Amino acid sequence: MVNIKINGIRIQVPDHTTVLEAAKKVGVHIPTLCHLKLDDFGIVNKVSSCRVCVVEEIGKPSLIPSCSALVYEGMNIRTDSVKALNARRNNLELLLSNHPFDCLTCAKNLQCELQSLANELHITEIHAKGEKMFYPIDKSSNAIVKDPNKCVMCRRCETMCNEVQTVGVLSAINRGFGVVVAPAFNIDLADSSCTYCGQCVAVCPTAALIARSDIQKVWRALANERRHVVVQVAPAVRVAIGEMFGMAPGTISTGKVVTALRRLGFDAVFDTNFGADLTIIEEANELVHRIQHGGVLPMLTSCCPAWVKFFEHQFPDMLDIPSTCKSPQIMLGAIIKSYYLKNLDILPRRLKVVSIMPCVAKKAEGARPELSKDELNNVDYVLSTRELGYMIKEAGIDFANLEESEFDNLLGESTGAAAIFGTTGGVIEAATRTAYEMITGESLGNVDFKQLRGLEGIREATVKIGSLDLKIGIAHGLGNARKLLESIKAGTSHFHAIEIMACPGGCIGGGGQPYHHGNQEILKKRQDAIYAIDKSLPRRKSHENEMVLKLYDEYLGAPYGEKAHDLLHTCYTPGERI
Amino acid sequence: MKINSRSELVELRKSLSNKITLRESGATTDDTIEILIGMATCGIASGAKDTYNELITVIEDLNLTNVKVISVGCLGYCYMEPTVQVCIPGEEPLLYGKITKDKAFELIEKVIVERVYLSDNLLIRSFDKAGASNE
Amino acid sequence: MNSKYTLLVCDGASCKTTHKANLAAGFKKVIAEKKLGEFVSVVKTGCFGICGQGPIVKVLPDDLLYVSVKQTDIEEIVEEHIKNGNVVKRLLYTDPFTQEPVEKQKGKKIYQKQFRIALRNCGLINPEDITEYIAVRGYEALASVLADKTPIEVVELMKKSKLRGRGGGGFPTGLKWEFTAKQPGNEKYVICNADEGDPGAFMDRSVLEGDPHSVLEAMAIAGYAIGASQGYIYVRAEYPLAIHRLNIAMEQAREYGFLGKNIFSSGFDFDIDIRLGAGAFVCGEETALIHSMEGQRGEPTKKPPFPSVSGFRKKPTSVNNVETFANIPAIVLNGADWFASIGTENSKGTKVFALAGKINNIGLVEVPMGTTLREIIYDIGGGMVNNKEFKAVQSGGPSGGVIPKEHLDTPIDYESLKQIGSMMGSGGLIVLDEDDDIVQLAKFYLDFTQDESCGKCTPCRIGTKRMYEILDRLTKLEGSPDDLDILEDLAVNIKNSALCGLGQSAPNPVLSTMEYFKDEYEAYAYRKVKHTYSIITDKCIGCTKCARVCPVECISGSVKVPHVIDESLCIACGACYTACPVNAIEKP
Repeated sequence: MVNIKINGIRIQVPDHTTVLEAAKKVGVHIPTLCHLKLDDFGIVNKVSSCRVCVVEEIGKPSLIPSCSALVYEGMNIRTDSVKALNARRNNLELLLSNHPFDCLTCAKNLQCELQSLANELHITEIHAKGEKMFYPIDKSSNAIVKDPNKCVMCRRCETMCNEVQTVGVLSAINRGFGVVVAPAFNIDLADSSCTYCGQCVAVCPTAALIARSDIQKVWRALANERRHVVVQVAPAVRVAIGEMFGMAPGTISTGKVVTALRRLGFDAVFDTNFGADLTIIEEANELVHRIQHGGVLPMLTSCCPAWVKFFEHQFPDMLDIPSTCKSPQIMLGAIIKSYYLKNLDILPRRLKVVSIMPCVAKKAEGARPELSKDELNNVDYVLSTRELGYMIKEAGIDFANLEESEFDNLLGESTGAAAIFGTTGGVIEAATRTAYEMITGESLGNVDFKQLRGLEGIREATVKIGSLDLKIGIAHGLGNARKLLESIKAGTSHFHAIEIMACPGGCIGGGGQPYHHGNQEILKKRQDAIYAIDKSLPRRKSHENEMVLKLYDEYLGAPYGEKAHDLLHTCYTPGERI
Repeated sequence: MKINSRSELVELRKSLSNKITLRESGATTDDTIEILIGMATCGIASGAKDTYNELITVIEDLNLTNVKVISVGCLGYCYMEPTVQVCIPGEEPLLYGKITKDKAFELIEKVIVERVYLSDNLLIRSFDKAGASNE
Repeated sequence: MNSKYTLLVCDGASCKTTHKANLAAGFKKVIAEKKLGEFVSVVKTGCFGICGQGPIVKVLPDDLLYVSVKQTDIEEIVEEHIKNGNVVKRLLYTDPFTQEPVEKQKGKKIYQKQFRIALRNCGLINPEDITEYIAVRGYEALASVLADKTPIEVVELMKKSKLRGRGGGGFPTGLKWEFTAKQPGNEKYVICNADEGDPGAFMDRSVLEGDPHSVLEAMAIAGYAIGASQGYIYVRAEYPLAIHRLNIAMEQAREYGFLGKNIFSSGFDFDIDIRLGAGAFVCGEETALIHSMEGQRGEPTKKPPFPSVSGFRKKPTSVNNVETFANIPAIVLNGADWFASIGTENSKGTKVFALAGKINNIGLVEVPMGTTLREIIYDIGGGMVNNKEFKAVQSGGPSGGVIPKEHLDTPIDYESLKQIGSMMGSGGLIVLDEDDDIVQLAKFYLDFTQDESCGKCTPCRIGTKRMYEILDRLTKLEGSPDDLDILEDLAVNIKNSALCGLGQSAPNPVLSTMEYFKDEYEAYAYRKVKHTYSIITDKCIGCTKCARVCPVECISGSVKVPHVIDESLCIACGACYTACPVNAIEKP
């Protein structure tokens, strides 16, 4: 413990506390911008570049950044000296002097941390005006729009892309006033090895990195009477969307989402969780098949499109180990466009599938050419959780007070196993529940595999299934995934199955979710809600989903069979590292 | 040749001491005359390389077998580049500035052969330095 | 009168201009009159480096110096000394310490303003021949510390010498070594910072090109002191000759066993590698330099942690500048007390300066700390070109500031320069005369820093750009008085809140010029800067030459009557100024 003084207030704090944290303890607020710290997820952006949080250390000529400066015995800090206040205001003014003033039509209007800061410091005039950056906006990808002119060089995206995700696409380029975060040589994102995980979008304080908006395309489809527009909702959406309407983080709003989607005019509202249960059947069968027939092990999950793109680019020589299963949204899309379509009396191209996803990469996944049949994509439009929130607001729906309703049948039925797809460890837990019963032929009593849950970046567990010790690995965050893959490559670890989710925390922390603004408690509440949904459901094993069984019975035939392969499995393409 | 101890190093240095005394004070035991020419980037940019080549040519032409040209670093006289130091046994070493290629012949002829000064180019060493030969 | 005399007569630009004396011609004339031509020759020489006592005449072979020789002294010197063989005592050089006139120089030194430690071997030895370095006691410092001293004793020696970093910051080298030495672990590094990037600075290059072995030797001493077995020289790729010579030197040093395993049979291993910098100014900042060496973007990070705790590859690292290293073998050989006896109380030893600008003897000089600017400019630098009025000297490059006339007698050291708003920096000194525009100078430096900013922190990335924009506006007469307040606010804020030392010092050229030359800023801000030519009526003889060359025909007047320039039409091309035979045209 060390003794320090902040604004004359004495306080004792542990070693390695930052000045910012210490100030918070004595009720002193210091504005921040580039600062980002999610301890439980191992994420910290420590560049200290914005200089908005500088404070005066008595006796030192230069101001220090409170977000990264550590306390020491006898430290004497003034956060409210004129010198510090002037510097903060001046630095914020400088950032604003190089920012496009299109707040009214900006995607981050009222969600922008720079805007809030300008409000907080009550900036009404910019004294040193001058030239502004002028870079073209990168709209090359199907998922992320990059507007360098709104970049404040907080480097949070770079920390996510390089340190957390180890994708290594985003970094500062050029120098001086022209510095901006971009892929090497300022190439388009679409030409880079970007996975579209969207973690850069999730942490960007401004609208320099945003998800591509597909709202207008969906409105257009809904407005067209000749279109039959169906929608599906991913598991992690229902535990987060309430945040956009003033509801507490972790509020479960499944029924309200369904009602809202019907009111928006969708012709049918299905549940991606159905696709998740379907995925488990296929994946568990594939795993058992691989184990029993001496196939390649470990088998890696393939639900996460950012993870898929990551291994295509980073481990192109290991494309035989991921499961060939399509992701739940694509599986459901494929079923809608085949099984569901055959009962509709419309031209196939008039059936449109919209997905509501907590994700940015799902947008790019939807556009992948191999995820289509007869030149029609399995999924037509992918909206993020945020975009659905904007549509609901635009339509004037009072979401918080909406009555609840049920998904349409039969693609709306799901089990607790599907619900937990929304968080790290969930997919493998769901698969284990099914694999256990498949291999042992016994009924599984306690379905809670607590050893698979948690927030540690890499987790390992052994589950006893009959005579088999099923060795399971779990990683969330692509950096952790890389570590696991490298250990496999080096032959130092031996797993049967590995679950990987690209985003920290899994889909609950996806790039398409309402902005968490660096508050990790929000992510934890969402995770709790996911497990609460699982617990509340009568059926908690995917193979007990009667509608899924019916689908196999009526239409698909045997799991992991020929028709299932045609509709529900895919292949991978090696990529380059750029 | 690896030097394994301080005493070996000191022995080696003693055997080489002639070189430096000639350059510092003119003291030497043989009749070698040295022309040091500043060949740092600055000197080279002012034409020291051409001067160097010309000096060698002139020395060969005049068959002055006891004159050596040695390239050294910069003396700091930027305004007088290229600079050379002429070290004649028994005489105070003198500096000459602005010894361009076409001054090379004159330098050798006047200073080394005729032993007179090259008036317009003479520079006086304007610094003291931390001693090297004091032990 | 048997011997033949030679008179070496100072013909340096300084003496020539300040004393308007042509002593050599005077001597020749008197000698010819006295018909002594066959006994004495007169030789013009360059500067002796004691211009304050100029002009100087040296008499050979008697080897004595006459100082402050005037035209009227010529007769006496020739008559008394040359003809009668008597020394003219009143003109003899006086030893500044004993106050005795010095009759014979031999064995006695004239007190020179310059004293070279870092540059001691530059120009004396062949940098590509290790035996020449050995001949000047090369590698004996390393041999002696390995034989006689523990690493802690080496650190203590450095602390006692009070050597401070010559790269700009002036941090005590001994302390830096001590911090690094005290860190736990076996993997430590010595880095030589040779990323010399200040415009106009080239002292490090001169050392590397003229005496590379002294740097290698010092690095090995540092390695021994802190417990490192690997050193790196981070040198900018724009120094190909320095790199070439370093490579030769390293190869020769390995051959002689001064680098490599078991140096001098002591069990100490040390080797050195070169890392090339790609030409970013900011990479001279030690944390940015380390990132660059690691293959990262060359950007500074917050300190602490300092490199001595977590540096290259996150291991304890001592980063020292080339000139700092070049001092070290001399300190070891001559002792800490010797070194500490040179300089001022808190700044010991010498400093190398690159002297440039409107000064006669442009060059690289090394002077004891505490030497005044006046001594450097007038005694060593030979004074102002064309005897123009001294205005200021810019020191410390883009991190420094200007020092005006009133501070010419300030003894230079780290603290005194900081106190007058400048900085030691790496040692560039640019002398300005009355014709130089201070605001343009500030603009030049800000243009440099805003371009060289790594762009990491807000104040430096955007702030220096805004400062440059304001200076640009002012100099184009498009600014306003408000701009001066904004400029000052920006400068103060950048100084207070930028991330690294380079950012924090970037506003110095503006802050110091605003302090001393506020009127010039105001002239621009209030747009009072005259930027047309005008005719001085009293001087004009009415020759009509100006009117004939004026391209916009804005000069009118009759023959033999003073002419007038219509300032509203003048485009300030300067044609009239060049044409006027009687200097009757005034520049803007």
